[in-house]
Amino acid sequence: MVEGNAIYVLVAREFKKFIREKSRLVSTLARPLIWLFLVGGGMSRLVSPGMGIVSPGMGISYMQFIFPGILGMTILFSAIFSSISIIWDKEFGLMKEILVAPVSRLSIVLGKALSGTIISVIQAAIILALFPFLGIKLGVLSIIEALVICTLLSFCIASLGIVIATFYESFESFSVIMNFIVMPMFFLSGAMYPVKMLPPILQLLTRINPFTYGIDALKHAIFGAEGVFDFPLFMDLGVLVVTSVVFVIIAGLLFEKRK
Amino acid sequence: MHIIVNCVSKYHLCNRGIPVVIFHPRPFLVNSYMPIIRVEHLVKRFGNLTAVNDISFEVEEGTIFGFLGPNGAGKTTTINILCTLLSPTSGRALIYGHDCTTKSPEVRKSIGIVFQDSTLDKDLTAYENLIFHAYLYNVNKNERKQRIEDALRFVDLYDRRNDLVKKFSGGMKRRLEVARGLIHRPKVLFLDEPTLGLDPQTRANLWEFIVALPKKHQVTIFMTTHYMEEAEVCDRIAIIDKGKIIALDTPENLKKTVGGDVIYLRTTDNLTARQEIEKLFHVEVSEQDGELFLTSLKGDACIPEIIRAMGETVVSVRLQRPTLNDVFLKMTGKEIRAEGVSSGDTIKEEVRSYRRRFGRG
Repeated sequence: MVEGNAIYVLVAREFKKFIREKSRLVSTLARPLIWLFLVGGGMSRLVSPGMGIVSPGMGISYMQFIFPGILGMTILFSAIFSSISIIWDKEFGLMKEILVAPVSRLSIVLGKALSGTIISVIQAAIILALFPFLGIKLGVLSIIEALVICTLLSFCIASLGIVIATFYESFESFSVIMNFIVMPMFFLSGAMYPVKMLPPILQLLTRINPFTYGIDALKHAIFGAEGVFDFPLFMDLGVLVVTSVVFVIIAGLLFEKRK
Repeated sequence: MHIIVNCVSKYHLCNRGIPVVIFHPRPFLVNSYMPIIRVEHLVKRFGNLTAVNDISFEVEEGTIFGFLGPNGAGKTTTINILCTLLSPTSGRALIYGHDCTTKSPEVRKSIGIVFQDSTLDKDLTAYENLIFHAYLYNVNKNERKQRIEDALRFVDLYDRRNDLVKKFSGGMKRRLEVARGLIHRPKVLFLDEPTLGLDPQTRANLWEFIVALPKKHQVTIFMTTHYMEEAEVCDRIAIIDKGKIIALDTPENLKKTVGGDVIYLRTTDNLTARQEIEKLFHVEVSEQDGELFLTSLKGDACIPEIIRAMGETVVSVRLQRPTLNDVFLKMTGKEIRAEGVSSGDTIKEEVRSYRRRFGRG
């Protein structure tokens, strides 16, 4: 049912291409850096810790507050992009080569999801390494905790990306995915502002967004017990694991279906 | 290979324990008639469009089978069903005895495919593309490297093995794809329009190479083409039009059905000339693109007679030995390529939009 050889080679292919395209790495890292320092830096002036955006007395600046969100953003974008490269493969043919191979559809989905995971975690780790510049103090354990959460979140988003990719045949749909799925997921996640501060309707949308729980878990890892997060950690991790499994199963079934 | 193994001998122990070799009568015939591909009443509809309309055929092991027809006739749809990418609406397709719909893992193991559009990863090198394939098909670790190197040498790309595929020409890519399709030693190799978009020189080279495959690699070839000349290398040909098989035979037999040579004739007054020739020679004359044509068993002898009879009204005459194009013309009343472009493209577009609306293909 699950072929290690196929999963390995699917991951190896993505990884090799990732290493080869230096420009892709630079451009994907540029986005979170711009958000962190330009948006975060600018907003920090507007939003002082006492103004209610962040609970008073916690002693963290807005730029520090959005750090987990920006980590999540790095993952969101690179994992989704990595998965929807399936659409690219469909349009330029390589997907057919994979689909006619004697490989279970589940292995294809897992191989693709793991490719996205590895690439996203590498990028997230680079962003995570910026923490000293933001005046955040992290111990070794917190760093490991953050990386584990990054891995889970990457896998979850990558498998969601595969589900999305199965619905599209050509890359024309790229902007639709960006504007109607990726951007709302990012803004309705507590990445840029605490979930509790949103109006009820938006709070509801936030709660059904799996990405929210990834950001929240990262807040746990990075700020510890300072009350910045919205949900308990076990709930965050539970949601990530369950949604990952669900997405993988759905993607596997969608891949299995033939016209 | 296995034919030889089968026919050499089978040891049966007699009651005294002496091994007795039993030779099967006509072992070759018994064993060689095993259709490696069997298609029964296959139908495929996309919405209202019937791409494949009740076709049946068999392909014998070790032969080259050609699927010939204009664009949009249903060739690629049939290939996609055979290689497990599409499910038929009804009917069934078997490869090596395995049903393409219900036993797809077994079918996938025994086939190799070169699709119409390149399915190489252009950002990987030739070698990496083949390694990718070898892993996907779980080729034994000890053999992987050797098979890939052999394949690269076979298609004359060994020196370019570490170049990115995006630097390759169309012909090189196609050759690399054929090499890739053979790495896992498939029993059937599908070639969907293998020479599409290649220049004549490259096409000729590729054909030479394809024709040698069944012997060299013990593989059966199933190919599609809309170039009539190319189909002549096949052992058997199915002519398909509008989703139906309209003829199925060896190229020689198909050409015989045209009934000899074809004489094309331009006259100052086609209508009168047509009636007159029909009256004088008792043959059927047809018209296509302002040119009259008729078939005759001895075309070269017939031409002088026609000219004598028609006198000065004849503008030009040409004689053509039968080709598969004539077969197609005779069976459908149209040129294979004239039909091709426009309607083929609409069908492709329709299939594409159908898939867009109803999810993946």
